[in-house]
Amino acid sequence: MAKRKGTSWTPLQIITHLGAWFPLLWLAWDFWQGQTALLINPFQEVTFRTGKAAIILLMLCLACTPVHTVFGFNQVLALRKPLGNYAFMYGVLHFLIFIVDNGLVSNSLNLMAVYEATFEKRFAFAGFAALMIMLPLALTSNQWAMRTLRKNWKRLHRLVYLAGLLVVIHFVWLVKSDIREPLLYGALLVLLLVLRIPSVKKYVINTRRQLVERTQARTSEA
Amino acid sequence: MNDIKSSEITPEHIYMSRRKFMVGIGALVTSAAVLSACGPQEMASASSSEVEEAQAATQTDELGDTLTPFEVVTSYNNYYEFTVSKEGVAGLAKDFSSSPWQVEVGGLVNKPQTFDLDDLRQKFTREERIYRLRCVEAWSMVIPWLGIPLAQLLKEVEPTSRAKYVRFETIHAPEQMPGQRSDWYNWPYIEGLRLDEAMNDLTLMATGLYGKDLPPQNGAPLRLVVPWKYGFKSIKAIVKIDLVEEMPVSLWMAAAPNEYGFYANVNPEVAHPRWSQATERRIGEFGRRNTLPFNGYSEQVAHLYKDMDLRVNY
Repeated sequence: MAKRKGTSWTPLQIITHLGAWFPLLWLAWDFWQGQTALLINPFQEVTFRTGKAAIILLMLCLACTPVHTVFGFNQVLALRKPLGNYAFMYGVLHFLIFIVDNGLVSNSLNLMAVYEATFEKRFAFAGFAALMIMLPLALTSNQWAMRTLRKNWKRLHRLVYLAGLLVVIHFVWLVKSDIREPLLYGALLVLLLVLRIPSVKKYVINTRRQLVERTQARTSEA
Repeated sequence: MNDIKSSEITPEHIYMSRRKFMVGIGALVTSAAVLSACGPQEMASASSSEVEEAQAATQTDELGDTLTPFEVVTSYNNYYEFTVSKEGVAGLAKDFSSSPWQVEVGGLVNKPQTFDLDDLRQKFTREERIYRLRCVEAWSMVIPWLGIPLAQLLKEVEPTSRAKYVRFETIHAPEQMPGQRSDWYNWPYIEGLRLDEAMNDLTLMATGLYGKDLPPQNGAPLRLVVPWKYGFKSIKAIVKIDLVEEMPVSLWMAAAPNEYGFYANVNPEVAHPRWSQATERRIGEFGRRNTLPFNGYSEQVAHLYKDMDLRVNY
């Protein structure tokens, strides 16, 4: 997929990069517009929004390979790296806001409070663990690391499945009672992971090829 | 008539313009609120230092904490009958019909009665009470309520000796309350108090805030206010009050028994299963504050629980 000559981007890549900044621009816009939730409880709102952006980008990142499997669409493979990195970026923002939100007590930074908020509650810990898993993946998202790590690069980057799982668990444990939304992400994740099982993947690819051949045969007959 | 309304003493715009609200970002909300809340002729009066001094005393609670602006109190509401989005409630609730309204008070009482809201306002003198409201989600506000002590209402119906608890019920009106059309929760909202909690002088049946009648998003026309308990105990839009012998099961107790108990007293030492209750964000402030036991009302209510393990009875 590497485009050696020049750095021409596909329209899809451009859309991905622009789209990935959209949540942040939207946030800035709403600040400027004085959106109620942002004015009244900005920490909570920014935490929600950056978290939502992170999970969506991570799911999109995990969707690239299955989309390639099902549709044979090559261009999406180049989106895995930016989508994963942006997901990590929003995850970091999300965690930084969480630190300030929980750590600033009576006008001073209380590290004990940050520690408690991160490690004593399972939902927060699941999110933190996901971020810690994504850290080495973000650091090795470059050609040099790929060359250096060789086979191990792929092994290392399979950890993203675990990060996805932890993020969904983080969300499920966070909500009050209505777990429909986090379960939707859970269902999507399961689908995306199932499509990676070698036998399933092989079956899907074969079915697609047969379909393509059949339609080609039909068009040539006509 | 001894009901001095805060709105008569402190026009909201003066109070808004004086506020140091949310470092940096706060300037936005303050100016927006000032612009929308008042005409130019009123702005002029804000410059009078005399007026400002007169208001200073009424702008805080007994701990010296500043009131949360009216605009904020009425635009950030947890009211799942409308929506789970706190800033979405005001819009969805604006056409909620709360007049005429009747509240039925019965159960284990000698004189069961149905009060029309207007009768209730006539019959009892409304008092202003400035209370801190601590949400179980670890944010808080300071609100000047207008209402009648629940004890007065209960004396009117004469609870029998068998009555041990008070059970409150919110209106069930899915046609007006879109959130009630979702069967994710077991509507209508139910809450309860032990009789001695209900008779405590702090416990208020509120019909107004900031000197006006309650806006729909704050629980019009009649809601409970129990300032030493988490906000969800303060049930809104009440149509039924029953004196009962058994501890009522509230909506939240039924929905998540491991997270929400019957007592729900504000307690920094007992964490919610999913977050700490040690600190809270006072709306409008940048950093957090330490949460006070019984939300700062220990003197008035701690004795009610003196032989109880509050870790078990959360």
